[in-house]
Amino acid sequence: MNKPIRTISIFCLLLFLALMINASYVMYWKAGALNDDARNRRVIQAAYSQERGAILVGRTPVALSVESDDEYLFQRTYPKPLMYAPITGYFSYYGATAVEQTQNDILSGDDPRLFVTNTVDLLSSKPPKGGNVTLTIDPAAQQAAYDGLTGLGPDTQGGVVAIEPSTGKILAMVSLPTFDPNQLASHDLRAVAKRSKELNADPTEPLLNRGSQVRLPPGSTFKVVTAAAAIEKGLYDADSEVPGGETYQLPLTQGPTGLIDNEGRDCGANGSKIPFAQAMENSCNTSFAQIAGEVGAEDMAATAEGFGFNQQYFTDILPQATSEFPTDIDDAQLGQTGFGQFDVSATPLQMAMVAAGLGNGGSVMKPYLVDEKQSADLDVLDKTDPEELSRAVSPETAAEVTDLMVSTVANGTASPAAIPGIDVAGKTGTAQTGQSDRSPYAWFISFAPAENPVVAVAVMIQNADIPRDEIAGGLLGGPIAKSVMEAVIR
Amino acid sequence: MAQPSTIMGFVHRRRRGAELFLLILALAVGIGAYAAVGLGVDGEVPADLFGYGAWLAALLVAAHLVIRFAAPYADPVLLPVVAALNGLGLAVIHRIDLAKEAAGSPHAFAQQQLIWMTVGVALFVITLLAVRDHRVLQRFTYTSGLAAIVLLLLPLLPGIGRTIYGARIWIHVGPFSFQPGEVAKVLLVIAIAGYLVPHRDALALAGRRVLFVDLPRGRDLGPILVMWLISLGILVFQRDLGSSLLFFGLFLIMLYVATERPGWLVVGALLFVGGAFLAYFLFGHVRERFDIWLHPFDFYESGESFQPIEARFGLGWGGLVGRGFGNGDPNRVPFAESDFIISSIGEELGLTAVMAVLMMYGLIVERALRTAVICRDAFGKLVATGLGSAIALQVFVVVGGVTGLIPLTGLTTPFLSYGGSSLIANWVIIALLLRISDQARRPAPTISDDTTAISDDATQIVKIGERR
Repeated sequence: MNKPIRTISIFCLLLFLALMINASYVMYWKAGALNDDARNRRVIQAAYSQERGAILVGRTPVALSVESDDEYLFQRTYPKPLMYAPITGYFSYYGATAVEQTQNDILSGDDPRLFVTNTVDLLSSKPPKGGNVTLTIDPAAQQAAYDGLTGLGPDTQGGVVAIEPSTGKILAMVSLPTFDPNQLASHDLRAVAKRSKELNADPTEPLLNRGSQVRLPPGSTFKVVTAAAAIEKGLYDADSEVPGGETYQLPLTQGPTGLIDNEGRDCGANGSKIPFAQAMENSCNTSFAQIAGEVGAEDMAATAEGFGFNQQYFTDILPQATSEFPTDIDDAQLGQTGFGQFDVSATPLQMAMVAAGLGNGGSVMKPYLVDEKQSADLDVLDKTDPEELSRAVSPETAAEVTDLMVSTVANGTASPAAIPGIDVAGKTGTAQTGQSDRSPYAWFISFAPAENPVVAVAVMIQNADIPRDEIAGGLLGGPIAKSVMEAVIR
Repeated sequence: MAQPSTIMGFVHRRRRGAELFLLILALAVGIGAYAAVGLGVDGEVPADLFGYGAWLAALLVAAHLVIRFAAPYADPVLLPVVAALNGLGLAVIHRIDLAKEAAGSPHAFAQQQLIWMTVGVALFVITLLAVRDHRVLQRFTYTSGLAAIVLLLLPLLPGIGRTIYGARIWIHVGPFSFQPGEVAKVLLVIAIAGYLVPHRDALALAGRRVLFVDLPRGRDLGPILVMWLISLGILVFQRDLGSSLLFFGLFLIMLYVATERPGWLVVGALLFVGGAFLAYFLFGHVRERFDIWLHPFDFYESGESFQPIEARFGLGWGGLVGRGFGNGDPNRVPFAESDFIISSIGEELGLTAVMAVLMMYGLIVERALRTAVICRDAFGKLVATGLGSAIALQVFVVVGGVTGLIPLTGLTTPFLSYGGSSLIANWVIIALLLRISDQARRPAPTISDDTTAISDDATQIVKIGERR
């Protein structure tokens, strides 16, 4: 009987071998795939139960984890929810957005640079703790931008972005309408799901960051790009005379649809020449349509792309809406692009980069929001180095355009942004929405001090409780830009 | 077939000291795991660690002392391995208790299991003391067989039988619930062994050869068909895939060992495949189990494969070294304390512990089969083989089911899972194995010298005096 018993032994050995191989397969080779499965609540719950690092503005947290008594151990809280929600995003049981999402590796402690401290934690059986992220935000500028925008009324939709021109640091980024991320980070998962559904269904799209995720026609603020393209091409300088006119019939068109005017602003008689400064001060559509035609579609596109149009450059909040300058256009469309209409569209971040690039001698810095990544013990793991995105125009061209913008604030439509004792460069914009029942979009871009700017601002107001005829970029956007610039300069 | 264990002059040593040493290591595993659960979950050593440890140690040392006295030549590895498994199981069940308490539905499974273990060790001692020679069990061949069949039928009786989660394998009498299948397993092994010993020659030698395979005689097919029907009946009426597989596999292995004819394996395998095929097409629940096994992730949304998938997630989450006690979420898997305890171990102690546990089961099986090889009598060989393969098959079916190697079936993991019937039955199995191994390793009865002188004489005088 011993021979079959030995056979059975081998059979049992094979059974155990099969079990061991299968266990290794499931627990080692397949483990990664199992952990990546979207239905795996353990992974989500572990991330959710972790002491996540804080998101800091200066030394003040705008998102932090505090201990809670329930099964998830830690509650994510946002001390200034409405003002910072578009930047921090939310961290909920079902997902994360904005900086909570893009900096998740550091915040959750998964970043390999945090591994050494975590291994020590592991041995001392301390639960893993995520690292901190500090933002480039200037709290005073952020407050000024938020107060300015909310001051327009409860139904305001819009965005404000402020950049430090020499580095690309984002000093302020405000978006309305906003939301309370605390409601989404709650451990009452049913309420979270309900609130999330409401926010997603809201037609005003409060979950979008209007600073970098919504693009609209920039209107007359785009005239600084047209001016920069013309001067860079050598057609004009700041003291030249440019074509003027009360009306201008776009090439290839006939009748009122192709006829543009200046809504009553003084831009000289048809066929006459006016000073470049006057064209900018009075935001003459007729002049810039003609200048764009002279520059040509190719060079207009090249300059616009030099400032960041048609490009992806912002990775701290995803996705970034790509600001567009249309390609393959005819001469009538080219004329419209000269004052920021037709298919030109830009985010407030993009227009802030235009202002910042001109203020920085034509060099456009890559915008960034995350300044430092720190370990839980506040050791700096990584500090973002300023990086040039592209050189849009020469320093000379930038200086010429700056002169035009300074006189626009001093003598023209952008006067609401004037700060006594400081040269401010600015430009207004009022873009047609293409819908007769909607008010136009109000824009304002500026930087100060003009000769060596420390801040560049773009304000975009998509919708506000203000009658249609009163909308004008300067009137609405100017004071907000002014208070943001003052907050940085003071 | 009955080879003396003293071939080539080899005499087994008692090795009781080694057993005690290994037992201390096993206690360290059990008590250490219990302390680790407290540290991991509550951040402090459990308040009752001393009392718990003392109770565990007392039970195991008592078992060891009884072996010293009643089965001094028994295998020294079995008790420590079983002790380590039982101790680890208790700690993991305690861990699940704490998780259930945190989730708001407190249970005292671990406390209950410790009581069952106490009963199990008591029956272990009684078995070792009452059965001084395993061969007496052969007298109860038909009694055991009948008892096993009655036990298997009990859950089908209205009034005391209960259907729990689709399987009708429980009986309830008053406050007590009981899974008779576990006890029937032991009785069946005895019954089959007792039946095969006198009949094995007929089964082995008579028959005709068809296509290189020696097929048994038709009349000898009777018992195998009875076993097949019992297995199928369990499958159909009790909806218990695991037990069905276990009983039939057990019977086949014992039949093969007794007759030394692989032909039986062929017949049996064909019957099993045929039965499984029929069951697949005739019974929805079998088909469902099979489909869930093949495509588990397709059934997750509907909840049908929640348990196996959560177990799989838990195992993956555990990885190589596990999350550590208190850092996993084993309670997500329904029945994490019983049928799915191996996934709880995998999640919090990792692949390392799963391998160690499988290794320990492997050791038990190896020791049982080794005992069968050196055992001097056919009945002992068959019982040891049967008990060893029963553990191997059961571990394969349940661990294979939980890790997705084979379709999922409900069976307990021996010594680890929560459950009184299973724990008690398995302690008795170990007692029987120790009894057989004591007989097998004991030096052969000495033959008096004067008989060698008259070796050509037909009669020999044998002294049966035992040496102790």
